[in-house]
Amino acid sequence: MDGSAAGNEVVVTPEPAGTLALGDAPRMDCRNVNVFYSGKQAIFDVSLPIPDRSVTALIGPSGCGKSTFLRCLNRMNDTIEGCRVEGEIIMDGKDINSPVIDPVLLRSRVGMVFQKPNPFPKTIYENIAYGPRIHGLAQGREDLDEIVEKCLKRAGLWEEVKDRLTVPGTSLSGGQQQRLCIARAIAVRPEVILMDEPCSALDPIATARIEELIDDLRKRYCIVIVTHSMQQAARVSQRAAFFHLGKLVEMGDTDQIFTSPRDRRTEDYITGRFG
Amino acid sequence: MSEQALSSFGTDRARKRLRRRRAADRRFKWYGRAAIGFALAALALLLASIFSQALSAATYHVVSFRIDAGRVVAAENTSGALKEVYDQVRADLFEAFPDASGTPAGRQEVSALVTRLAALPIAERLRASPARRGMEQVSLPLSDDVDLYLKGAAARQVTINFGPVAAEPTEDGQGVRLSGAGAFARLIAAASLEHANVTDVSFLVTGGRSTVRLTRLSADEAEGSLIAGTASEFGNRALCARIILAPQSERTVSDRQIAWALALKADGRVRRVPHWSLLTHTDSTQPELAGALAAIVGSFLTLLVTASLAIPVGILASIYLEEFAPKNRLTSLIEVNINNLAAVPSIVFGLLGAAVFLGVMGLPRSAPIVGGLVLALLILPVVIIASRAALKAVPDSIRQGALAVGASRMQTVFHHVLPLAAPGMLTGAILGMARALGETAPLLLIGMVAFVADVPRGPGDEASALPVLIYSWATQAERAWEPMTGAVILILLAFLIAMNVAVVYLRHKFERRW
Repeated sequence: MDGSAAGNEVVVTPEPAGTLALGDAPRMDCRNVNVFYSGKQAIFDVSLPIPDRSVTALIGPSGCGKSTFLRCLNRMNDTIEGCRVEGEIIMDGKDINSPVIDPVLLRSRVGMVFQKPNPFPKTIYENIAYGPRIHGLAQGREDLDEIVEKCLKRAGLWEEVKDRLTVPGTSLSGGQQQRLCIARAIAVRPEVILMDEPCSALDPIATARIEELIDDLRKRYCIVIVTHSMQQAARVSQRAAFFHLGKLVEMGDTDQIFTSPRDRRTEDYITGRFG
Repeated sequence: MSEQALSSFGTDRARKRLRRRRAADRRFKWYGRAAIGFALAALALLLASIFSQALSAATYHVVSFRIDAGRVVAAENTSGALKEVYDQVRADLFEAFPDASGTPAGRQEVSALVTRLAALPIAERLRASPARRGMEQVSLPLSDDVDLYLKGAAARQVTINFGPVAAEPTEDGQGVRLSGAGAFARLIAAASLEHANVTDVSFLVTGGRSTVRLTRLSADEAEGSLIAGTASEFGNRALCARIILAPQSERTVSDRQIAWALALKADGRVRRVPHWSLLTHTDSTQPELAGALAAIVGSFLTLLVTASLAIPVGILASIYLEEFAPKNRLTSLIEVNINNLAAVPSIVFGLLGAAVFLGVMGLPRSAPIVGGLVLALLILPVVIIASRAALKAVPDSIRQGALAVGASRMQTVFHHVLPLAAPGMLTGAILGMARALGETAPLLLIGMVAFVADVPRGPGDEASALPVLIYSWATQAERAWEPMTGAVILILLAFLIAMNVAVVYLRHKFERRW
């Protein structure tokens, strides 16, 4: 709501994906992250810089901890009983796990889209307006209407729903619901959007629309996506990180990971030998 | 299908197994249908028995009198007015049946047609408008025994109508001799089923407003003594014979009282009217005057106290336990104890109420406030368990979605979870209230069984409650209470059904899918 939210409004010319280098200052920098579930370790010493205005894909077999790691980034793990996170996750020079950071404020800057579309059982309008309203981002009704329209346009849903903003969000199709959830996430002006297998419940056509949308959103946001689909990771991401058994095995540019993986396990996984 | 065609789908053994499986399927379906059929039959039986019992209490008989209102209004106080009304009623009855009014015993028998207390509502009504003057037509309920007889519910009896027969007064003028060839054969046939003894069984023959009690009976001729009216009324009119199979000494209503009631009916002074006083009167010692109003109001006040305590406390507790409390040993201990509390017999809560609310805190006995507190404790676990189930049914994805856009825990719960859980919570609350409405045992222990003649005006007043009223009426000896009890059970059932219908309606109206 302060400088960061205002900064988000500045339109930046998108960088072509290829120019992104490791040397750029990362939007979020994870250093030696360990996660424990009731004493059992799920993530081992993961260090991962996440660059801004690009898509970082977290890949790996089921149960490798990529979703758990994703949930560290907006402290959603706080809501899980007995979950403990160690290590530093730096955003704007501050550790997001430090007690001075309020998870509510953090989550307004780091939005999230879930595996199963979960719109609120309220109207389409309310789904989008809820976030800005509780964060006080809108002055008056017109302002709010504008935010709703802008977010729905960015999520590519405006043309489909502009005449029925008062129908329940749950009455939309699965793909539309997921785009509604993305619109809901960007309505609070986040800088980072976390996506936890956003297309795994959708058909190929809806998936293609979401992927287009992700590619479009990358111009404005830092996106971290967990996916099971190698093709999807190859299509949408610029950076990729391969997780295995809770450890970060390899990270790098997506092209490099998919064409010349350095680690044997990465190669086995992306060529379909396990997972 | 031939065996050959089937054989391509499997071996004989496989088909045999399949047959067994199908038979098991069918058997299970029939078990289920039998169980449902049994439950429905039990419900139908219950309702039918209550309805048939309560039906005769839906109407009752009233007698009309003409009362000099001016004399009633002039009375000093209510009891004076009551005396004045009842004196006029009695005078009216003595005048109508002069032959019985010569002796004190006869006068008492006549007066018993209408109980003294029955005059009280009239006296109060007339006193309420002191400007009344002149004669007024008023209706008083018949005494419950006579009423039951007229409804055909009291003694076992047979009624036979037969056409005109020749009638002449006997020599002494006290009786009537009826004669007609074979006219009384049916009467004898009907009576001989049980008794043929004229002294044990009362044969009453009525014509118009006159009745004779038979002393001699043969197929062609009958003779009896007049117990009401005059001998001249029997000639050339349709007669009605009643055989009352119980001896007079075993009945609460005498032959003469029956004859008088029939005479009043023939005059058009006795009418059968809807028994509204069951809803507008309070409890009474006389069944014909008693009503459930005080109990209805008492139940309402009790439930008001229960609802205002159990629903907010139960819902807030369930929200805290389900959404905010850490899952540790303490909360699981609390959870186990709430579940245990739901299984504690209700009478134990009554004992607790008597000891704590009456004994230690010194709250008034028999008051809805105490009843409401006890019932609130009783249904609190039910409300908590139902509300927690409703909260549990809200998918976690809704909570996650709200948290992910930066809502706080409190906002998540109140903006997103509660609206979805509300129908379920409401259902639990209303079902809890329905249970509270039907509870008897705890209320007995805190003294709500007391006889309450006044409508309670607040939760601190003495009151009764519907289930307790049922209990106390069901334990009364007089037979007239039986249909009255059935009627109150129906009132209670009506309230319970209304609450359950409300539950179904609310669930359908507000249920949201996600």
